This record gives sequence, structure tokens and C-alpha cells, in this order.
Amino acid sequence: MSETTTATTGTEKQPSKVRTALSGTAGITFLSIVMALVIGAFFIAFSDPTVQETTGYFFAAPLETISAAWTAVMEAYKALLTGMIFDPAKLSTEGLIGALKPLSETITMATPLILAGLSVALAFRAGLFNIGAEGQIILGAIFASYIGFAFDLPWIIHLPFAVLGAIVGGAVWGGIAGFLKAKTGAHEVITTIMLNWIAIYLVAWLLTKPAFLREGRQDPISPPVNPSAEYPTFIDDWRMHAGILVALLCAAGVAWLLDKSTLGFQFRAVGSNASAARTAGMNVSRMYLLVMLIAGGLAGLAGSAQVLGTEKSLTGGVSAGIGFDAITVALLGRANPWGVVAAGLLFGGLRAGGLNMQTQTGTPIDIVLVIQALIVLFIAAPPLVRSVFRLPETGGAGFMQTAKGWNA
Amino acid sequence: MSAVVAPAPEVLPEVHIVPPTPRLVKVLIGLGVVALVVFGLLTPSGEDVTFQLTLGDEALALPDVTLPAKISAIVFSAIALAAAVGALFASRKAKPLWPYATGFGVFFVLGFLAWAVAGNTINLVGLLQGSLLLAVPLVFGSMSGILCERAGVINLAIEGQLLTGAFVAAVVASLTQNAYLGLIAAPLGGLFIGLLLAIFAIKYWVDQVILGVVLNVLAVGLTSFFYGRLLAPNQETWNSPPTFSPVPIPVLSDIPIIGPILFNQNIVVYLMYIVVIVINIALFRTKWGLRVRAVGEHPTAADTVGIKVNSVRFRNVLLGGLVAGLGGAFFTVASVGAFGKEMTAGKGFIALAAVIFGRWKPLGALGAALFFGFADNLQSVLSIIGTPIPSEFMLMTPYLATLLAVAGLVGKVRAPAADGIPYKKS
Repeated sequence: MSETTTATTGTEKQPSKVRTALSGTAGITFLSIVMALVIGAFFIAFSDPTVQETTGYFFAAPLETISAAWTAVMEAYKALLTGMIFDPAKLSTEGLIGALKPLSETITMATPLILAGLSVALAFRAGLFNIGAEGQIILGAIFASYIGFAFDLPWIIHLPFAVLGAIVGGAVWGGIAGFLKAKTGAHEVITTIMLNWIAIYLVAWLLTKPAFLREGRQDPISPPVNPSAEYPTFIDDWRMHAGILVALLCAAGVAWLLDKSTLGFQFRAVGSNASAARTAGMNVSRMYLLVMLIAGGLAGLAGSAQVLGTEKSLTGGVSAGIGFDAITVALLGRANPWGVVAAGLLFGGLRAGGLNMQTQTGTPIDIVLVIQALIVLFIAAPPLVRSVFRLPETGGAGFMQTAKGWNA
Repeated sequence: MSAVVAPAPEVLPEVHIVPPTPRLVKVLIGLGVVALVVFGLLTPSGEDVTFQLTLGDEALALPDVTLPAKISAIVFSAIALAAAVGALFASRKAKPLWPYATGFGVFFVLGFLAWAVAGNTINLVGLLQGSLLLAVPLVFGSMSGILCERAGVINLAIEGQLLTGAFVAAVVASLTQNAYLGLIAAPLGGLFIGLLLAIFAIKYWVDQVILGVVLNVLAVGLTSFFYGRLLAPNQETWNSPPTFSPVPIPVLSDIPIIGPILFNQNIVVYLMYIVVIVINIALFRTKWGLRVRAVGEHPTAADTVGIKVNSVRFRNVLLGGLVAGLGGAFFTVASVGAFGKEMTAGKGFIALAAVIFGRWKPLGALGAALFFGFADNLQSVLSIIGTPIPSEFMLMTPYLATLLAVAGLVGKVRAPAADGIPYKKS
């Protein structure tokens, strides 16, 4: 977005350059992540069994508690980091491919997050809240997986066909919300929330039907998609697949759309002031519909990354909360396409690293959700972060405070 | 004086002031026709349907009612359609529609049951008793939504408040082995989320939709984290709360049919009656309620007459948190007993749906919540006796109904005017 760090140029006592920089958009984001990690550390420490044991005699030996807490936190975060990027322990046994596997997992997890994050971000720039990425992912996954396992086609046709199906599925689901907004003024937050749950039950129902149920299985899982519809992988041992290329392409596409195209200009105009856009002769209703169609298509692609890349079959839990994480991704990325890519990689890393942390130290992966939520809470309230670190007020960073009511 | 001759009013043609048919009436008539066709045609002839009207332990035993399924499906649907047509005439005369709408609902459901249960027996009392129970968290959640949104703060975090309430109730009740203490502590769980909502929405002007989403994530994260760390490894100490059993109210619980449904429930249900009545009276009959509504509709005007807008909002959001937290207790100390990860499973969003469906009115939300609870319970009852409708579609009902409601199918749905807009004194 356009907020830049403005250095104060007055004669009054100037804060140091570092503090001014920290008070800007990037600085606030960084400090928010730090604060969230620190609070997360407290939760990890307090819930650690060893720490609880030592608190029993805290006043006799306070240092023991503190050192136990320190160890617990450090081990958890170390496991988080090695699960995110690089595992040096595997370097000698499995070579570079094995040691870098965590990074590939991070990218695997980040792929749908980036795509769904772009969906939320694009809608956000047009003044719409797409809370419905979850449902759009499910619809995309339904279409993509069905095309993936029901057809037998050469690779060159099959994969694009399945991907197109994902886009259509997501776009239909997003389009319903856009259509209702355009035609009846129904608030997209409410409609997308409802559509999420309808999609959840829809996929649950489909997975009871013979057309979707894997032969010989009673649990809700579809047949595996044919290899010809799968996203190609890069390295045999890694799950990372070409979906990430699609995600990056989409990021570039959304960036171009928003910054360079006429349509994107109209989207942003509607987003910053719908009445002004209407006065200027734009068809606001049509914009709403278009935005939600495109946003839905992007989220549908996230569904394709799940079923054609990572999971390779449709299950009831195919969306795995990605649609909700996508909202935090879009906000952390400040609704900027490349920001979304960075945020998606960070949260994908937290997901991947969180799994490693859970298996290695027993710290439940759910702490990752806490950290994500805290990060977004803090970046949404720059004055809070500034007051914690006693930073100078630089204005700006007023993102996420442009609230509109239900009736807007 | 006499020079001014008013034109005779009776000259105005009467026909032009007939109000247009409300969407609701059109929808009811449409549904009535569909019911008549679908239930009438699809119900197999020659089958009977049996409605049980007692649970079996009442003092006054009512006999079971056995009816031929096809004929009763047709008759009930026809009565429903007649009620819809009645609503049409009522709307022409600008009379209240709700008696007709209620009659429509009752007979529509009976027609549906005659079709869905054909060849089987269904216990109506048990069905309704269970429905009321399932509606409890929805009612508390929607009351939280109303308290916040009437004051102008959007509460999308109901789900999170229910979840933290359920968690705190389970932990406190387990540690003390006292369900009452769990019930008393539960509101504090909801209060925690409410406090964050209030601070960030009112002090930092963070967009309330974002806040709701993020606070739900936070609630899921925190409760799941502590569940995995503390509750799951030590179920005995941390997660084995005692639960409330039903307490029949003397005399009232002996009334046939409605006695066992309404007055043989546990304490949380009775608390729900009190909470709904208190909120409804407080919101529409007291000075406090007038202020809250003023703040939600026109904060600037409220400020001008000396109402402290943000204080009112802050208090209401906290109050909402308390109420939703209390509703969360239902999940642990009043039903399942043990806390489970993400055990609220979307109930908070159905509560939000009830707020909207009930048009931000306590009694409306109560009605919507009861309807959604009924759909939920009917789904589980029908899945046992075998049903022509997949249970997943029955589970979709609240969401579909709300989608149609906000799309204007049942008339205009309008939130408090200042809902979601932070108040900044200029």
C-alpha cells in the first residue's frame, strides 16, 4: 500500500532513525511478530510440565523455574525454526535435499495460503470482506478433484482442465456472494460466512455418494486424482509442487490487475469510496460481482493446490482452515500481492514448523494459531505497538481501521 | 374559515392504497404449494405415521396419535397453504402477519414430518425437548450478538466466546468437582474475548469484522493449545466436569406436552429464559435500553444529549461476552461433560445467523434460535429412523435460511444504523 515511513523533519527533538523506522509500516509489522512470539513463549513456558513442576518450589529455587521455562521455549522455537527452513541434523544423513525438506514443506503449506490470501486481499482492495475463502476452496477442490479422478486424459489437457474446474468452482461460490451483494445489497460478510458452512455440509454430503466415495472405503474420502491431473513435483522426496508457480503467477497477475489495469483501478475506486465511484459513472454492482468472481476463482485455485498437489484426494477437511488463515495472511500482507506472498510464506512456515514442534517437543501446534491471531491483532492496532515500545507517532499505518457498518 | 373547503376525502380511490404483497407472504405461499406437491406426492400411500405425545413418565398419559401418512401430509400441507393465503389477506388489511406465519410453520413442519416419518413413529415431545436443549447455546450466543450490535459493535466472535466459556466451565468444574462453580466461571471465559473485542474495536478502532475473525482464531488456538497441553494428558483432574441433570419445576412440569418440554430441563435452560426476558425488557422498556439503542443507531445524537457513547459500547460488549460465555457452559457442564477441541463447531455462527434472522431483536433471535435448534435435532432424530432428506441438507438449514433472509427474500433486513462504525469524537 502507499503508506511510507515519513521521517519527521522538524526542529523539535528528533527520535533516532531506528525508532522512526520501527514506527513505520514495516517496523510495526516486525514488532508485532516479535510481540506475538514473546506472548506465545509465555504460553509455552507456563504449560510446560517441567516448568509446572519447578513452580511448586518456585520461592526456594526461582532460577530453576526460569531456566526450565527458558529451555522449554528455546526448544519449542528451535523445533519451529528447523521445521520451517533447514534441519542441520539431516545434512549428514540425507544430504541437502533432506536438510532443506522443511523449506519445501513451508512452501507446500504456503501455496494455498498465498492463493487464498490473494483472494481475500483482492476483495479487500475493492472494499469487500471475503470471509468465504474457506467455502470457495472447498468448491474449487470438489470440482478439481472430480475432474482429476473421473477423467482419464493426457497430462497436457487433464491438469489445465482440473485447474480450470477449480477456478470455476471457487468463482461460482464467490460469485453467489457477489451477485447477492450486487442485486440485493446483502452484506458479503454474512453471505460468505453462511456459504462457508453450506460448502462444508455440501462436501460432507458428496462424500457419502458413490460418485465421490473411494471404492472399498467407508470414511469420507474420494478416489485419488489421476497422476495426469496432479501438479508436477520438482524433487521426488518433496511434496512441494508446481502449485507454487501458479501462486506466484497469480500474485503477479493480481499486482498487475490492481496497479496497471483499468479494471483494477475501478476495483480500487469502488474500494476507497463506492459512492464516488458510482458518481463517476462506474457500475459498482458489476464491480462487486466481478471482484467476487475473481476472488472466488483465486480461492478455488487454493483448493486445487490441496487436491491436485498436496493431498491428492478430496476429504471433508480439505480446506483445513486455510480460508480463515488466508484472512490473516491478507491482513499481514496489507492486502498487497507481494506482501501476501511473504505473509503466506511466513504462515506456511509456521504451519510446517508447528508440526515439527509438536512431534519433537510435544508443544501443540495450536500455539501457531495463537501467534497468528496475535500478530494480526497487533498490526491492526499500531498505536498499541507504539505505546509498548515507546515509539514516536508517525501517522500512517491506519490500515484496517476503515470500518464500515453492516448496512454499508 | 368557511371559504376553505376541504376536498372530500372519500374521492380518493381506495384500491391504490392497498399495500404491496410482502415478500414473506409470497415466499410462504410458494412454500405451501411446494409442500402440498412434494409431501403430498412423495409420501407413500398405505403407510401410517405415529406421533407420540408423552415421554412415558408423565402423570397424565396421552395416547399416541396414529394417522395415515399420505392423507395427513396432504391435509397438513393444505392447512399450511391456507395459513399462507390467510397471511395474504391479513397483509391486504395491514393486520399482523405473525399468527398466520406461526400457523404456517407448525403445519408445514407437521406435513414434513408426515412425509419424512411415514411408516415410523416419532416422539414429538422428545423432539421438541431436544430441540430446546440444542437451541440453548444459540440463544445465549445470539443475545451476546444483540447486546453488542444494538450498541453499534459487530460481534463476529460469538463462536470464540462460546468456546472459551465452554473451556473455562470445564476446567473450573473439573478442578472443583462442582458444576455450579463451572457455570459461574464460564462467563469469565467469554468476558476475556469480549474485553479484547471492546479494547481493539473501541479504543484502537480496529475493523470489527477483522477483529471477530481474528478473535475466533485466537480462541480456537488458546483452547486447543491448553487442551493439548493440560486437559488431554490429565483428563481426570482437568477435564472431567460434573454435569447438571434436569430439574423438574413442580406443577408446571406436569402440564401435558409443554411441561416436559419447557419445565423439565436443567438449570442452564432456566437461566436462558431469565436472560432472554431480562434482555428483552431492558432493551425496550428501560432508560438503559433506550440509551443502548440510541448509541447503536445514532451515536452523534446520543452524544449530544450527554450519553457517553464509547462507555456504553464498552460495557455492552463486556456484557455480551459474559452472556456468550455463560452459553458456552452449556457445551461442557450441561451436555457433553468434557471439553473437546473446537467443540462449538459453528454454533457461534448459527447464533450470528439467529441475530440477523431475528432482526436484532431478542424475541426474534430466540425464535430463530429455536427454529435452528429444531432443525438440528430433527436432523439427528431423522437420521436414526431413516430419512428421505440427507442429514447434511438439514444441517445446512440455518445457513441457507439466513442466506435467503439477508438476500431480502423475507423482507428487508436492517442492522442498527451505526453497527460496526467506530465512534470518534470530533
